[in-house]
Amino acid sequence: MSATSTAPVGTADPMAGLSMYAEAITIKFGGLVAVNQVSFTIPERSVVSLIGPNGAGKTTFFNVLTGLYRPTSGHVLLGERDVTGMAPHRIAELGLARTFQNIRLFNLMTAEENVLVAMHSHMKSGIFGTVLRTPRQRREEREGRELARELLDYVGILKTADEYARNLSYGDQRRLEVARALALKPKVLLLDEPTAGMNPQESAQFVEFVQRVRTDRDVSVLLIEHDMSVVMRVSERVTVLDRGEKIAEGTPDDIRGDERVVEAYLGKTGVEQSSAADRHNGRGGEGSPS
Amino acid sequence: MTTTAPKTDPQPAAPAGATPPALMSTSRRWPIGFVIAVVVVFSFYQWILPEASSQVQTFFQDWLPLISINEAVIWVIFALGLNVVVGYAGLLDLGYVAFWAIGGYTAGWLMSPFFNQWSINILGNPAPGQEAGIHLNFWLVLPIAGCICALAGVIIGAPTLRLKSDYLALVTLGFGEIIPQVFLNGDDIFGFNLSNGSKGITPIDAIGLGPFRLIPGVPDKLGPFDLTYKFAIYVFLAAICVFVSLRIREGRLGRAWLAIREDELAASMMGVPLMKTKLAAYAVGAFAGGLGGVAYASHTGAVSIDTFRFSASIILLSMVVLGGMGNVWGVMIGALVLSWINSTGMAQIGSTVNEAIGTNIDFPSYNFLIFGVLLVLMMLFRREGLIPETRTKQVLAEPERGEIESLGAEMEGTSEHEEGGAR
Repeated sequence: MSATSTAPVGTADPMAGLSMYAEAITIKFGGLVAVNQVSFTIPERSVVSLIGPNGAGKTTFFNVLTGLYRPTSGHVLLGERDVTGMAPHRIAELGLARTFQNIRLFNLMTAEENVLVAMHSHMKSGIFGTVLRTPRQRREEREGRELARELLDYVGILKTADEYARNLSYGDQRRLEVARALALKPKVLLLDEPTAGMNPQESAQFVEFVQRVRTDRDVSVLLIEHDMSVVMRVSERVTVLDRGEKIAEGTPDDIRGDERVVEAYLGKTGVEQSSAADRHNGRGGEGSPS
Repeated sequence: MTTTAPKTDPQPAAPAGATPPALMSTSRRWPIGFVIAVVVVFSFYQWILPEASSQVQTFFQDWLPLISINEAVIWVIFALGLNVVVGYAGLLDLGYVAFWAIGGYTAGWLMSPFFNQWSINILGNPAPGQEAGIHLNFWLVLPIAGCICALAGVIIGAPTLRLKSDYLALVTLGFGEIIPQVFLNGDDIFGFNLSNGSKGITPIDAIGLGPFRLIPGVPDKLGPFDLTYKFAIYVFLAAICVFVSLRIREGRLGRAWLAIREDELAASMMGVPLMKTKLAAYAVGAFAGGLGGVAYASHTGAVSIDTFRFSASIILLSMVVLGGMGNVWGVMIGALVLSWINSTGMAQIGSTVNEAIGTNIDFPSYNFLIFGVLLVLMMLFRREGLIPETRTKQVLAEPERGEIESLGAEMEGTSEHEEGGAR
């Protein structure tokens, strides 16, 4: 799948429904401005990426979207709702799911239980229902388990359902994180460096997987990613942050040619050297950042 | 024992939802074990022991008096309650005795002649000549005390649960001290005597047996000396706690507690409301504290401020840790063993040793020293507790696979470490 074949979905009509809209987000830590006036949209059923060198404020921005940080100014809208300053679990419940840069599974729970935890907000049984094991609670548990197994099957790790998460292989843990996130039935799925530690072949598989998820599960995907080959292949739009500012936004092709982006990654002196190389391989001169 | 990692074969699209067989069997069969235990102990102390030779009688009176068994069973109730907070949800609580105190005083208020300015009797069993005051039936007081404690748990929890680990532990420790202090000084609150101060409240009413008294041979109500019947009642209460612990562990709330114990941040990102879920753990744990408080009051026939010491919180925590945090059976055994050592074992072993080697050491006064040694030994040789939860055993037994592999991956290539402003 090349970028061109997927491009129409997101770019056809950018003003059609938005899954998520962040408006002029600024966040300061003391005197330090980590993110400055960044606006960002995620169109429905699109795959967009957020890139930038280390310390650009990507993860900070991510944390604003998920409700971990309250922005100093600006608003975050999820669908129609203003979720600025809401507690993370409320935002998650409203349809924002994420994975973590360094895997954060519930290690001493089975893969199935991990997925079930994410269904918490969609389940209703309370203390009494659980203790008395009412028919409704039993049905809910049964359906939850079915869905959990279905999701594990979907990401390809059904056979590990009863294993503790900590015993899964690194790759399977990453898959489990995705399955867990999908259990929230999200509108938007945030993936924080999902291909970290993957080899090129696995990354390529991952690109296909993301596209499959988008179509099957009807979600928008926001990626933070360092692997440029992944970013360029999978995203419809790319936003580039540098030192807390948005320095570029556009299709992968726009970004590839953008001088400020190349400069941000390679520094001023690198620009001349790379721009020549860039034209040759046509895939952004970002093979080895810093 | 409870959760032997179910190795069910998921191949044939496992009839999803089927609880792993191991779980089914333990959660179905344990009540039978409880019933057998009650029948055996009850009939032994009720009928067999009085007929036995005086030698046997003294042996059991010295080493295994029923009164200390009853006390141990009540400790099980407390330990199971604390286990919900500490073992399930991973919230270190050093002041659990506060709930014991609240439960105890609720019993004192509602089933004794203490408030003799009022005269209320709802199926109560006041001692002869003590008809003034509030006398509610034991079985009514139990849920009331449970609910008051649960409410207290929520009130204490709401401000404190925002704190993390060590800070939470310190604040709970504070509450564990404050609440008994309130009762100690509560004999004159603007002229109102709430707690009778250091004198405590006595006598606590007997336990009514309701329809059971129609059975021939069964007493009308259980006074201080009907230990065998009380034993059955305390075991019944402990069984309720076991039942609730096991059931709740399997469901939505139990999973959320575990998730919070494992990774609070990730849990909140997955839609688990932290505050609400932690408060639920506090409330459920405190409810058990209320039940235990009432049971203990009826066991001793009095509510005395001396009971509610910091050391009680620590002993309870030791029971949970020694037994195996999170494992209901481990905690139960831990509570029984430690309680017995405390009430009987230490003194008996001590006097036996003294007799044998002709010394004159006061062993019970070294209780805490020996406790400490026991704890240290456990931490050295059996950190997971007597009957560990399978999960805990996992952590201690093997290194974490993902951790190691991700280290390898990091060495291979991902060029970055941590984002600048991240956390």
